[in-house]
Amino acid sequence: MKHLLATEGLDPDLATAVLDTADGLKRTLLGREVRKLPTLRGRTVITMFYENSTRTRVSFEIAGKWMSADVVNVSAGGSSVGKGESLRDTALTLSAAGADCVIIRHPASGAAQRLAGWLEGTGTSVVNAGDGMHEHPTQALLDAATLRERLGGIKDRRVGIVGDVLHSRVARSNIHLLSALGAEVVLVAPPTLLPPGVGALPVTVSHDLDAELPALDAVMMLRVQAERMTGGFFPSAREYSIAYGLNEARLKLLPEHAAVLHPGPMVRGMEIASAVADAPSAAITEQVRNGVHVRMAVLYHLLAGEEETK
Amino acid sequence: MASRPRGAAEPGGERELLSSGDVARTIARMAHQVIEKTALGGGPGEPPVLLGIPTRGTSLAARLAERIAEFSGVEPPAGALDITLYRDDLRRRPTRPLADTTLPDTGIDDRVVILVDDVLFSGRTVRAALDALRDHGRPRAVQLAVLVDRGHREFPIRADYVGKNIPTARAEDVAVLLSEVDGRDAVLLREGEAKA
Amino acid sequence: MTQLLIRGARLYGAGDPVDVLVTGGTIAEIGEIEAPEDAEVIEAGGQVLLPGFVDLHTHLREPGREDTETIETGSAAAALGGYTAVFAMANTDPVADNAVIVEHVWRRGREVGLVDVHPVGAVTVGLNGERLAELGTMAKSAAGVRMFSDDGHCVHDPLIMRRALEYSTALDVVIAQHAEEPRLTVGAQAHEGEQAARLGYAGWPASAEESIVARDCLLAEHAGARLHVCHVSTAGTADVLRWAKERGTWVSAEVTPHHLLLTDERLGTYDPVNKVNPPLRTNADVEKLRAALAEGVIDCVATDHAPHAPQDKDCEWSAARPGMLGLQTALSVVAATMVETGLLDWRGVARVMSERPAEIAGLPDQGRPLAVGEPANLVLVDPGAQWTVRGAELASLAANTPYEGMRLPAVVTATLLRGRVTAREGKIC
Repeated sequence: MKHLLATEGLDPDLATAVLDTADGLKRTLLGREVRKLPTLRGRTVITMFYENSTRTRVSFEIAGKWMSADVVNVSAGGSSVGKGESLRDTALTLSAAGADCVIIRHPASGAAQRLAGWLEGTGTSVVNAGDGMHEHPTQALLDAATLRERLGGIKDRRVGIVGDVLHSRVARSNIHLLSALGAEVVLVAPPTLLPPGVGALPVTVSHDLDAELPALDAVMMLRVQAERMTGGFFPSAREYSIAYGLNEARLKLLPEHAAVLHPGPMVRGMEIASAVADAPSAAITEQVRNGVHVRMAVLYHLLAGEEETK
Repeated sequence: MASRPRGAAEPGGERELLSSGDVARTIARMAHQVIEKTALGGGPGEPPVLLGIPTRGTSLAARLAERIAEFSGVEPPAGALDITLYRDDLRRRPTRPLADTTLPDTGIDDRVVILVDDVLFSGRTVRAALDALRDHGRPRAVQLAVLVDRGHREFPIRADYVGKNIPTARAEDVAVLLSEVDGRDAVLLREGEAKA
Repeated sequence: MTQLLIRGARLYGAGDPVDVLVTGGTIAEIGEIEAPEDAEVIEAGGQVLLPGFVDLHTHLREPGREDTETIETGSAAAALGGYTAVFAMANTDPVADNAVIVEHVWRRGREVGLVDVHPVGAVTVGLNGERLAELGTMAKSAAGVRMFSDDGHCVHDPLIMRRALEYSTALDVVIAQHAEEPRLTVGAQAHEGEQAARLGYAGWPASAEESIVARDCLLAEHAGARLHVCHVSTAGTADVLRWAKERGTWVSAEVTPHHLLLTDERLGTYDPVNKVNPPLRTNADVEKLRAALAEGVIDCVATDHAPHAPQDKDCEWSAARPGMLGLQTALSVVAATMVETGLLDWRGVARVMSERPAEIAGLPDQGRPLAVGEPANLVLVDPGAQWTVRGAELASLAANTPYEGMRLPAVVTATLLRGRVTAREGKIC
């Protein structure tokens, strides 16, 4: 694997291999005092975050450091980007400075792909940590890892994704990865928060959360941003929460074995009730934990084998 | 040009050096050696921890533990120690999948740990295993048991327990087959690419 | 008087080859002609002779962005593309909303002399959609502005559009609308459809164009004014146009070559050379637009030639400026999408690329019949030749062509502006 840019088109066998590696890393680190592996010693990983995100950035940083890579963080605010340097120039500069891997989060859809194109021939790998509303592949991988653990597998399971699918790169990445791994995906949202052309995606669509919950093996709640209310996407936070919030009553509608996921950060009381977020079915802290191992596995697959060209 | 050892394989061919019965007897002999050297069952003190290096080292460690239990009445804890993440040659091949690391509940702190592998060659694998071991804890002592020592060491590493010494040419390949992995037990000598 | 003989051309690509004698800027004779002494001879060898093309929609970027194109380089691109007249849109910097700017553009075009540059005046001051610009003064200026447009922006306020249409009736000019309801396209990056949904781009719905076109057709009908719809991009707009024309509304419409060939599948390249406003749409839209052009519901082809600097395209999609080059590739794309598919013959190409645009803009000396006594604004086309498009080799200063590396049919071999050869075998004369 040369880059990890998207889950759309990601070979399911490769995805499974990454999940298996994440599992192996998790188990080998279990119970250890020295949480360090020498595998990526001497490799340089640079994170370029054009959007604020402490949790994802820290997750990548820990992942790199636990593999003994040198991790450097660049955030858009304090850097030459603020002085008007183009994305392309920033990327080429970092690559020339010695980055073996650039991890990018950017508000423009397609930014990671463009980066990979500009870095062709430099040997630098690119990891997409979220590009606009397009993809967030490592999130989908850690969600899949969590589902594998909780449900014993992904194939033939029914997973619901609830909320602002239209603006969500987490939703898109999950849709592609889950269907590639054999799961059935159901999107539940008001019509205004579903992408036009959603019919072309490998999903079923519903506007009725209560009707869907009893048949789900897992439900993934998406954050709803406050700005969406002023955009007229739904009338009020209250109405949204009443119709699409995962409250305690709805938790009872879910089968006992079902898992509740959330990519974070959560707005307790809006899309997910506080009690639900803390219930045993909620796998949210496992997601975060798995996030580090999955990102370690991604770095392993990108940087620890012989150099690939694709 | 190094002279070919007596009984070397024909080019492109393979020769059986140990039969299924030979393998079983060799393992039994090694079990006795371990019992003797670690004074197992002869007094206080905990049994050594056997850690096999995947893939076949794991099966060997399990078998060795069984034989030791059979002969001494004391079963040494056995597990696996994957060294993939500690290899020094990762970038020479496509991404390798990780194998299992399972340490027994006893842990390894202050214990005698016996690393178990099928073939000892350059010594790099064992060196990586020592690095891996170090991150898991602090054993009192580390010993090495191998079914076959085929020479050509590149590091100052020697085995404490050797099933069979087999001098080889560098270009030859020694393959250990175990029923758990390969369906049968045997040790074969093959002409071809030597894997370190 | 200078004389030029075109030997062995087929008029409108039909019939047997004939010779055409051009004397002092006019077609003097058509038939079997012996070349007069001292006459320049162009061996046409059976190639297609058409009236020179007229582009109702071009961006020449002067004044303001001369790093991407100038009136001179744009004129060269036009001449090489077979054009003898172009209409230069008003969204320059400063905006062409007064007589001073339009007269500059007009004069500079005449100075360069490769193509007739007709400046388009802005409808509103500064293109801000709030106050009418001095349409009368611009129309009566030396530039003789006959088309007004805020292109780049939509005149979205219905009251302003109504007033513009009403006011225009006294001037006998055309108001050309860039139809885009801005409230429906906030932050839009690409056609609102499956591709944008997949790639996470905010969508530009077809209804944002269609709703404005429908509204403006009704306003034009009530005012008795002449409306022109820029760069039609959706099948729905074609339906609205048919309906309006059946009612007798005085509305004309143009379609760009890129909307006849390319679709939103280009989004998958992530390359903003494919980013344009209105965006590339679906196959269904492309099919409908081709049919509408052949039928005459869409009157003509206009390039919307939009040069951009490398830094405005060599970046992530949302940061890129929309627009594509079009002057030098227009004929080839029309040949590929309309002639090779059998939807138009070369007579039809003459209609959509020369006659109708000249008629809409009211140009008396362009888009004329190929007949004795008519002005010699002509283009010679080799229909069987092919060429490979390379942005760096085009005459424009900019290189943002979506056809980079593509092999296209039909090559312009000569362009004549009032009898003078402006371009010949791919070179400016």
